[in-house]
Amino acid sequence: MNWLHYWRAMSGIIGRELWRFITQRERFISALVRPLIWLFVFAAGFRAALGLAITPPYETYILYEVYITPGLIGMIQLFNGMQSSLSMVYDREMGSMRILMVCPLPRWFLLLSKLLAGTFVSILQVYVFLGIAWFYDIHAPWQGYLWVMPTLMLSGLMLGALGLLLSSFIKQLENFAGVMNFVIFPMFFMSTALYPLWKMKESSALLAKLAEYNPFSQVVELIRFALYGQFNQQAFFYTLGAFIVFMAAAIVGYNPSKGMMSKKGGG
Amino acid sequence: MGRSGKTMNINTPSALCIEQLSYAYSGKKALDQVSFTIQPGECTLLLGPNGAGKSTLFSLITRLYDSRDGQISLCGYDIKRQTCLALAKLGVVFQQSTLDMDLTVMQNLLYHTALHGIARKVALPRIQQELERLNMFERRFEKIRQLNGGHRRRVEIARALLHKPALLLLDEPTVGLDVPSRLAIVDYVHQLAVEENLAVLWASHLIDEIFPDDHLVVLHKGCVKAKGTVTEVLAASDCTSIKEAFYSLTQGEAS
Repeated sequence: MNWLHYWRAMSGIIGRELWRFITQRERFISALVRPLIWLFVFAAGFRAALGLAITPPYETYILYEVYITPGLIGMIQLFNGMQSSLSMVYDREMGSMRILMVCPLPRWFLLLSKLLAGTFVSILQVYVFLGIAWFYDIHAPWQGYLWVMPTLMLSGLMLGALGLLLSSFIKQLENFAGVMNFVIFPMFFMSTALYPLWKMKESSALLAKLAEYNPFSQVVELIRFALYGQFNQQAFFYTLGAFIVFMAAAIVGYNPSKGMMSKKGGG
Repeated sequence: MGRSGKTMNINTPSALCIEQLSYAYSGKKALDQVSFTIQPGECTLLLGPNGAGKSTLFSLITRLYDSRDGQISLCGYDIKRQTCLALAKLGVVFQQSTLDMDLTVMQNLLYHTALHGIARKVALPRIQQELERLNMFERRFEKIRQLNGGHRRRVEIARALLHKPALLLLDEPTVGLDVPSRLAIVDYVHQLAVEENLAVLWASHLIDEIFPDDHLVVLHKGCVKAKGTVTEVLAASDCTSIKEAFYSLTQGEAS
């Protein structure tokens, strides 16, 4: 096939998503306010309640705000991944999605482009967040700010693929609350975003096990290590594996002959 | 098959060929053994009351759903096996607006040409040409949100033509428009069929959108009740007006 066609289509999809995000100021601000509240309010209040030991990648005692930052980066991507994928369900009768689906390119490629577009938006959000956090005295080594970039690509794709998978199964979405209660909150709280694993083991071994195998924990750890210029191999392969599984399932879900589309019905 | 009227070259495949197409939603039949063809330059109106299966048929042609029974081909390309080649020949105007409200007319159209892999320097003159034909060129930098329903429809029609499709699908494109906007769109699409040799499949339940030269496919409860030219359908149903024919074919359930 014509590579130029693929390239043009992908840059069109990504360009449109970035433009929409930049011009929708409310969306931009609300995407930033959420993690900032956690950082400025929750972390400040929680700091006293939680004592942190020195664990890799940290080499000294750190403030709770520093510990929670990678978790909040993960949260930005988690919300963004769910939101951008589920907005496809919102688009009444898949309005803009339909235009995408009738264009003469393979579906897996269109879905992947859509995911990449969402991921770029989330990376933009993360860097703005890191910028604000820097003024709040949360500093990572400068190489960390570079290393975190490819990490964010992978984690954004993985979380976006999960959202895409969900969107292929959900027939109608009245509001965001269902996904929030059943996916975002359990994933976020049952992870290493807010508290380290060893601390969790003290209260519940089961919870610690669940958190360990939660792909979101692996995302957070991958980001945490990358931010300090280190590569967490286990987290990398776990996240990559999760991406492949979610993406494959989402492609099947959006396949008209095999997936859920045929069961959704319509007019 | 309902091919009549125009003489045609045997070697050119039909713009759209549907054979023995059936589709069911969880046991309930939405389409039952539907077959018809559309030749280049033909404007075919798909008539049927609400729930006749028009939207299902469109979803199958655009491959939003897939059917195990029957075959759909566009310009000779099987929609299942040669999906991309077939979709490249297809321009669609969906029932609901699929434009991006917060982007300008131009941005919406450029997005579409990017999806079809058309280079910008080819796309820009085409966009100008399509918009000028619809008197929308001077409004190209306005956001879709600022346009009224009729103008939005025009943009969608322009968009559907940018990649030079052989078949234009329109799913009740005039719903919710005022009379002058409706007439303008009906005229324009009929003119396109003649001038561009474009095959048109137009789903409608409005009888006054039919021109005397049009072909008709009357769908009712998922079955094709009549097909052919206006004259043929009138003769077959033994009626004097399309309204009457439509009413009798759909057993008094016309809307």
